[in-house]
Amino acid sequence: MRIIIVGDGKVGAALTESLTKEGHDIVVIDTNRKLLEKSTEVSDILVVHGNGASMSVLKQADVGTADLLIAATSSDEINLLTCIMAKKLAKKLHTIARVRNPEYAEQLVALKDELGLSMTVNPEQAAAREAYHLIQFPSFLRRDTFARGQVAIVKLRINANSPLNGVPLSKMPEIAKVKVLICAVERGEQVYIPDGQFVLQENDDISVTASSQDLTALIKNLGLQKQKIKNAVIIGGSRIAFYLTALLMRSGIRVKIIEKDHERCLHLATLLPKAVIIEGDGSQQSILEAEGLDQADALLTFTDMDEENLIISMYGHHIGVPKVITKINRIEYVDVFKSMGVDTIISPKELCSNDVVRYVRAMQNTSGGSMIALHRIVGGKVEAMEFQAAKNTRHLEEPLEKLALKKGILVACITHQGKTIIPRGSDCIQEGDTVILVSTEENTLLDLNNIFAD
Amino acid sequence: MNYLIIIQLLGGLFLLEGVFMLPALGFAVYYGEASAIQGLAWTIAIVLLLGGVTLALSRKAKHRFYAREGFVTVALAWISLSVLGALPFYISGEIPSFVDCIFETVSGFTTTGASILTDIEGMSRGLLYWRSFTHWLGGMGMLVFLLAILPNTRDSGYSLHLLRAESPGPAVTKLTPKIHKTATILYGIYIVMTAICFCFLFFGGMPFFDSLCITFGTAGTGGFGILGDSMASYTTYQQTVCTVFMFLFGVNFSLYYLLLLREFAAALLGEELRLYCGIMGGAILLITVNSIHCFESVGQALHHVAFTVSSIMTTTGFTTVDYTQWPQLSQTLLLTLMVAGACAGSTGGGIKVVRLLILFKSLTSELKKLLRPRSVQVVEMDKQVLEDSVVRGVNVYIVAYGALCVLSYILICSDGFSMETNLSAVLACLNNIGPGLGAVGPTGSYAGYSVGSKLVLTMDMLLGRLEIFPLLLLCSPHTWRKGA
Repeated sequence: MRIIIVGDGKVGAALTESLTKEGHDIVVIDTNRKLLEKSTEVSDILVVHGNGASMSVLKQADVGTADLLIAATSSDEINLLTCIMAKKLAKKLHTIARVRNPEYAEQLVALKDELGLSMTVNPEQAAAREAYHLIQFPSFLRRDTFARGQVAIVKLRINANSPLNGVPLSKMPEIAKVKVLICAVERGEQVYIPDGQFVLQENDDISVTASSQDLTALIKNLGLQKQKIKNAVIIGGSRIAFYLTALLMRSGIRVKIIEKDHERCLHLATLLPKAVIIEGDGSQQSILEAEGLDQADALLTFTDMDEENLIISMYGHHIGVPKVITKINRIEYVDVFKSMGVDTIISPKELCSNDVVRYVRAMQNTSGGSMIALHRIVGGKVEAMEFQAAKNTRHLEEPLEKLALKKGILVACITHQGKTIIPRGSDCIQEGDTVILVSTEENTLLDLNNIFAD
Repeated sequence: MNYLIIIQLLGGLFLLEGVFMLPALGFAVYYGEASAIQGLAWTIAIVLLLGGVTLALSRKAKHRFYAREGFVTVALAWISLSVLGALPFYISGEIPSFVDCIFETVSGFTTTGASILTDIEGMSRGLLYWRSFTHWLGGMGMLVFLLAILPNTRDSGYSLHLLRAESPGPAVTKLTPKIHKTATILYGIYIVMTAICFCFLFFGGMPFFDSLCITFGTAGTGGFGILGDSMASYTTYQQTVCTVFMFLFGVNFSLYYLLLLREFAAALLGEELRLYCGIMGGAILLITVNSIHCFESVGQALHHVAFTVSSIMTTTGFTTVDYTQWPQLSQTLLLTLMVAGACAGSTGGGIKVVRLLILFKSLTSELKKLLRPRSVQVVEMDKQVLEDSVVRGVNVYIVAYGALCVLSYILICSDGFSMETNLSAVLACLNNIGPGLGAVGPTGSYAGYSVGSKLVLTMDMLLGRLEIFPLLLLCSPHTWRKGA
């Protein structure tokens, strides 16, 4: 497909990277020549210099032949204008706009239809939701939900005294006592899609598929209980902080936000009257001490600087805050951060690019079971996807053990009429089922029929 | 430096070269030429074996590829392909000196067309075919071909660096988002135009083998003929076909793509094309007026001058008449045209019209700046502001070009030839034309130069085709320093 990306910032660049990897023809528009030049060095793309909201620039980018336009500049207004303009020039074009100002959030539904937008993305809001998920279950490093929240893939670390340490996977059901499936194991920089003989070791990060109802039991049986989070400290009063605080307050968790900028503090105080807003530099140890970080159940670092977030998180980890969540944009260094104890990481641009990639794959989808959700559960190496089996999905009603699947693909879960099934060889996919697949990145799955080797 | 990926790409190129030699072997078998069969068969075996071994050795290459690897790959590729391409001439024994073989092959690949042969008709047909076919390959570039046929790898970060280092002109224009597709389109246009040219010649009464070789020489703007008098003994029609096609192959290929997209205004009104046509038209007119007394009629004069100007400016180097007999002014103009060269992104060589255009524009803006020091100047082309880096790149290129000219001129001037011969030899090689003036003119050859001078001129041809920098970087210690 031919895709135009307007705005070559953090989100734009992340989109460019993942969409070129998927094999699409990408045209990037930006007003900054230096950024464009850098992008051409890294990816195989065409660049157009200029303002994406202007008709002549859009024409230069040949918007008429494009299938999709993604407006991801830092300004919501320009993004919307760009989409309107592009839609005027090409009626059939799909448009995605990044809109992240909380003040527009409410009118977005109305705007979307009015402007003919296919989708709006709000990386900050998505990140806030992700953080919220993690705070609900602090034992997990990551939690992705599927099938309307019924199924979850959670990531957890094997400690030295974990009951799973040194245990082959075939013994897992006896220990966990609930139906679960380990779909990926990260060991150092390697990722394995394991089989029953695989033996777990200390410091492995495992991704486990389970029914959402079983998560509490799973935590208990694996000895992973952590205290329920009752209060949280957020460093940096960014947009994510706002979205997250609103979510946390609703579920009765007390929130304290530490923010440097006076104006921003005032703004937050008006929007979030029940939260405690502290004006101060959250990267200073004295302020963190004074605000009682050692008493906090959770620390979330949401400043605009990756470096500051890292340092504050390391400090939080050091003084023993039970749950530390770090916002990082440069996720290529994740492996390094892990070794420093920073294990729960959120990347807004990554979340946003997942959403867009899912949309793009759905656009390409020919039929035979469309994609509902896409999560990259291990960096860019392993993806978990949710599909809906349709009438023309092949091999329906055939037991899984008889099917030839492509290499590196695992059927992690099937939900059949609201019932969650962690599949065994004798189970089968039926029409209307929701199927959750785990796959290594070499397979680009667009359609449920893509998983079969024949 | 990622040596493995460089070796891998070279291996791919060796295999390609071996495959491309097969038709030559076919001709040698068809005409029953024992020496050519021996030379070509051995070379094909060597090249394929070498390609296979290098590919096997570099299986585990990682895809880290940056500008540095790009330049080194392109430079090494051209040198090694030339050495391997010279083997058939040497093994067959038809060109006894290995330096001469290298000179001839480099002259082929760089689309120069300068020859050390004194008796072309004495060569076997198989080898003549290979010699002409190197023009066609070198015209668009073997690496571009590799990019076009390689599977569309998804992390092909290296392709831009290769295209940038191999294709002529101050900046590469991608026609489509994917380099793979761009390369395919470029070769598609190239192949179609080559086929059309061949049809015009073949159905215009030229023998099959001649049509093929002359087409390759024209398409690559190379200029190796297969007769001692180059193009003189062909008919006026056949010569005119060549005039037109040399001109067409000297035009930026992205313009043909624009034509295919039906963007006629953008294709035909570009400043470079207008200047290219302007210079060519002006030169034809001036030289015709100046040299009209050398011909029987005005028509004859116009025909031969148009052929010569088209041949020299596109840096092909075919000749129909001995232009060294023309008046001084005409010869000087031809020498100037050699330097100007064809359009960027064509198969032609020389400095390129677009560089002259940018140079001239930056000169006028500098002059204006001197008059009004506080005025702000931008250099524009086709209503687009040119980036500073492009303008600076052109300036640096011209300086390096001038320095190389002077250096090579000094290096070859002790061989006892006249100043005119030496100067035109350097210019004709550096700009990939072929024939020069004086002893290296249309009736002469480069056979008289010493081994040292031949090597200097060989380097000049490579430097000219790759636009200097890749080879300079190959020789620079900074390129090979670890971790820096």
